[in-house]
Amino acid sequence: MFSYYLRLALASFRRNPGLTALMIFAIALGIAVCMVTLTSYRAAAHNPAGERGAVLFAPSVDSWDPENSYDKDNKSLAPDLLTYRDAKALYASDIPDRKLITYRTGDIYTRPDKGMDPHYIPTRMTSRDFFGMFDVPFLYGGPWDGKADEGPEPVIVLSKEENKKAFGGENSVGKTLNWKGREFRIVGVLDAWEPMPKFFDVSNGAFHEMEGAYVPFAWGPILELGSHGNTNCWKTETINNFQDFLNSECIWFAAWVELRTSEKQRAYKAYMDNYVLDQKKHGRFPRPLNNYLYDVDGWLKRNKVVEDDNKAMLTLAFAFLAVCLVNTVGLLLAKFLNAAPIAGVRRALGASRRDIFWQHLTESGVVALAGGVVGGILGVLGIWALRAWYGRFVDEAARVLPFDGKNFLIVIAIAVTAGLLAGLYPAWRIGRAAPASYLKVQ
Amino acid sequence: MLSMTNVSKVFRTDLIETHALRNFSLEVKAGEFLAVTGPSGSGKTTFLNIAGLLEPYESGSYKLDGVEVTDLSDDARSKLRNEKIGFIFQSFNLMPDLNVYDNIDVPLRYRRMKAAERDKRITNALEIVGLAARMKHIPAQLSGGQQQRVAIARAIAGDPKLIMADEPTGNLDSLMARQVMDLLEKINEMGTTIIMVTHDPELARRAHRNVQVVDGQITDFKPYEPRTGGEGMRGHGAAVANAGA
Repeated sequence: MFSYYLRLALASFRRNPGLTALMIFAIALGIAVCMVTLTSYRAAAHNPAGERGAVLFAPSVDSWDPENSYDKDNKSLAPDLLTYRDAKALYASDIPDRKLITYRTGDIYTRPDKGMDPHYIPTRMTSRDFFGMFDVPFLYGGPWDGKADEGPEPVIVLSKEENKKAFGGENSVGKTLNWKGREFRIVGVLDAWEPMPKFFDVSNGAFHEMEGAYVPFAWGPILELGSHGNTNCWKTETINNFQDFLNSECIWFAAWVELRTSEKQRAYKAYMDNYVLDQKKHGRFPRPLNNYLYDVDGWLKRNKVVEDDNKAMLTLAFAFLAVCLVNTVGLLLAKFLNAAPIAGVRRALGASRRDIFWQHLTESGVVALAGGVVGGILGVLGIWALRAWYGRFVDEAARVLPFDGKNFLIVIAIAVTAGLLAGLYPAWRIGRAAPASYLKVQ
Repeated sequence: MLSMTNVSKVFRTDLIETHALRNFSLEVKAGEFLAVTGPSGSGKTTFLNIAGLLEPYESGSYKLDGVEVTDLSDDARSKLRNEKIGFIFQSFNLMPDLNVYDNIDVPLRYRRMKAAERDKRITNALEIVGLAARMKHIPAQLSGGQQQRVAIARAIAGDPKLIMADEPTGNLDSLMARQVMDLLEKINEMGTTIIMVTHDPELARRAHRNVQVVDGQITDFKPYEPRTGGEGMRGHGAAVANAGA
């Protein structure tokens, strides 16, 4: 009978194409809005470090103003960035398996052979462990060695995009770029890499563009490279030169440590506390002891990468789907009751209530299926728009914002389930209609 | 074939109660052609709906082909209706978006018949009503008389024992009405019991027997006598219907 019900559903659509299209569009719109919002939410809530996120930690120490907390809404939070002195002190610990300090800067780069137009490249100052700790993929070469961090040596790693701009995408390892009057040797070129959210630097924007170049951190003070990201200060201090700035209470550095065991995690937390207690003796850290060690998930939550707005938007999207379904219920009810005389004739010819119910539920299911397919297509278009908005690297965006066949089937399953739910009452109602009352007026 | 005893049906609203049938009793023998007449609002159609298992009733007993239907489930009533009864309506009640073939197919589908069997029955029914060449037409492409013949084909395709016809010629001109009546008589001659509600005394006279319904009760009846041949008005025999209490 199912194939018969399908035929009847298609005949019914031909009879009322406008109403059918309206119902399909209502479901499609609800599904598409939910898909795009849910995908956006998933992208924001995504932990790009995966399982490694449990052993990667961001230290946070409360070096802020004794009179005012760093976060006005949540007074218990310590700052999300570190001073230069604190970053260096935390980096000095031997407890972590791996460690890094980092900040964002940038300037104009040129090629010694004039082979490219001089242009600004956002640059991340960091240490060798950055690439290993965050599983950064390399297309050519690799990270600089540990000695380059200490020297520091004039070495540089380029992003895939930047390598394309500067060298047409060819293997540029061993070639050089001029920056701040020095020649930096290229030791590696990254493959496409754009973790979303950009968890290691959320204070400068969880979805901010990636840097085009990576240079040993120690070059920062030497070249007097200021931050091209957030810099926050609370204390009135006399700053006459870059060294004064480095020694100030201004925060603009991030630190990450890899701590593979709980013992190491406890030890490092104790190290942080001891450091702060020691600093208090020197008149720093005027606030009560308030230090944190966040894993990646905790760090994303602490920084509200998934904002309350996102959650409200997700709720609204599902509420919108519910409204679309309620409208569909109304349209189905109107359509079915309009065809009640025909159902009455069918009853007279031997159809049971159950037959009428399944016939109309099948029609609802077909409407929902069509709504799911159309909604899925609209959803794909919406997600493409999201990818364009979020990321420049399509491959990475596709990984974080997936829309494969499986997801498409899930969308259709949701739509069909929703459509069947929407059709339950109208189908039941038409099945309960007294056939005799329609036979005279048909 | 059909036996109703003291069947009552009341339609209720907040303000009034309407007794559509009052202790209605009627017996119809297999092979009979019964005409039910009466003024508008007398309860003829209510009787037909109850007899056709389309409407419940308050009290009384109703046996269709030996089966007491009072306590049957909806599924069982639907099955019984599908297998035993064919309906013919005044306004034909064809599905407007299905062609002739598919319209006749409807009751057979609900009987879960195999495609080959359905096709055989549909073709046969169309030949009986003389519309085999129109099976791909949709109802709107047919005249009123042709539409009613399709409805008759639909009613007989399932080979029912009983045909209920509610004003089957009410929407037809006299020529077409005569053709439809001829067809009904032909079907009756093949052994199918027919109960026909009509306002038309001429048509009623062509039945084996007439019963008149007034205020939900049978007020006049003539006894049934099995047909012995000939044309025009049928003969009448032993009384098998009574007006109840």
